[in-house]
Amino acid sequence: MADRVGIVAVAQTKFDQKREEHLTETLVHVTKDVMGQTGLEFKDDGTGIDSTVVASQDYFGGPGGIHMHYAYTVGAYRRPDERVEEDGAFAVAYGAMQILSGHHDVVLVVGHIKESVCSKNQVENLGLDHIYGRKIGLDFVAAAGMQAMRYQHKYGITPEQCAKVVVKNRTNGKNNPLVMYANGITVEDVLKSEMVADPIRVQEAKPVPVDGAVAMILACEDKAKKLTNKPVWITGMGMCYDHHELGYRDLADCDSLVSAAQMAYKMAGIKEPAKELNLAEVSDHYAYQELLWSEGLGLCGKGEGGKLIDKGTTSMGGELPVNPSGGLLCGVPLIVAGMQRVAECVLQLRGEAGGRQVSGAKTALAHGVEGPAGQLHCVITLEK
Amino acid sequence: MTDKAVKPVVIEADSISTFQVTVGATGTKFLVEIRDNKRIMGIKCSSCGKVYVPPRSHCPTCCVKMSEWVELSGKGTLTTYTVVRYKEPYQPKEPPIIYGVIQLDGADTGIYGILGEVEPDKVKIGMRFEPVFKDEREGSLLDIDHFRPSS
Repeated sequence: MADRVGIVAVAQTKFDQKREEHLTETLVHVTKDVMGQTGLEFKDDGTGIDSTVVASQDYFGGPGGIHMHYAYTVGAYRRPDERVEEDGAFAVAYGAMQILSGHHDVVLVVGHIKESVCSKNQVENLGLDHIYGRKIGLDFVAAAGMQAMRYQHKYGITPEQCAKVVVKNRTNGKNNPLVMYANGITVEDVLKSEMVADPIRVQEAKPVPVDGAVAMILACEDKAKKLTNKPVWITGMGMCYDHHELGYRDLADCDSLVSAAQMAYKMAGIKEPAKELNLAEVSDHYAYQELLWSEGLGLCGKGEGGKLIDKGTTSMGGELPVNPSGGLLCGVPLIVAGMQRVAECVLQLRGEAGGRQVSGAKTALAHGVEGPAGQLHCVITLEK
Repeated sequence: MTDKAVKPVVIEADSISTFQVTVGATGTKFLVEIRDNKRIMGIKCSSCGKVYVPPRSHCPTCCVKMSEWVELSGKGTLTTYTVVRYKEPYQPKEPPIIYGVIQLDGADTGIYGILGEVEPDKVKIGMRFEPVFKDEREGSLLDIDHFRPSS
């Protein structure tokens, strides 16, 4: 078994609307970028990239069958090529497992989505069970609305606290040249914006549609050290699925995230995440989620997500900055989202995060989520 | 590279087949009771004692085959809700639609429901609701037209 897995290269596209670009062009761009950073090629003799793991969603990118496009496009067909139909953070974990098992030494991981080719809501309606949830017309926005309502009710989280997350992240995003939706929005602007699914307003939801891709190369410890002088090590990984039936869960408590986080912390030897982590990149598909997921990750106590944002703990310059990149509220495609959280952590730990750099960052946490109202979570901890 | 003078070709493509899916014996019993008798049935796990609505053939926690049906009054308590303000083709009603999760009396889980006969701004978590069935029923969760406030 390999000792540690290192991330040796990351590449991100700009996150915008690529209506005039076929998905394969985007894939070639990020793949060539990470391969160029390492000089690695696809090889079957153990001297290059051994396998690929691709995260996407079958209906985003084209009318189904989207996973067919990757390997042949980048010159990697007739090779091990795994596909992940969920958030990209899971693809990073599966790629790392290929290395930890000793099966492969070097794995290229890619996440891609084109939200602009279809209706996100229509595709996410298919994410509900087909007997009850779809029939009644639910989708992920409605599911999030019900979760936000329950969370605010049970723990007294206020609309203002959720709006502060938008303000913080859209401000942070001004230092991220890859996102389109960073701005100087105020709490008042957020609270005056159109209601989408009560209590969620349009400015509290991840902008849609956004297209883009992320790629990274993972390597076993000895190869990682040879490939770069700034490897970033994966120290912990955890994932957990909850029941898909929303009525079988208390939506105000993200139990599956608690489990995923504990699994990752145990592997990493992290006892007090709020003290030991220097930053976290958390999947804020909706503003309330950054607060709720912070609770699930143990960055604060249960029901204390609102206090966390009020105290400024998670702002740039706070004790534990959350989403220095601007997060998903600045416009990142779903699925790509969790892998992009990992990529941002890598840039931070390499000291290459530019204006959004958290000074002296040595440890970081990346979080990915998929499914209605945060059904499944993946937590990855990293260090330099 | 795309020649800027030439508009890119955009193709339209449908992708979803029509599916014929059985709901299974447990789902059939549940939906037939709603359709024929306007009754909402739960199912009880003999191992952990939890009553599930909507029912499953096996307990999601214990994986025990469940066979003890429990007739419920249909009345229950709202555990959460949202008001969907946007329109989509898969929605069964015109927005705004109030979607809720209702924990029926005697059940340990919540069921999806569309709330009616109440203004969106009057809905509160903890309110009591009861089902209003459609006159023409087909064996679907939508045979419950909506849940209305009750005692």
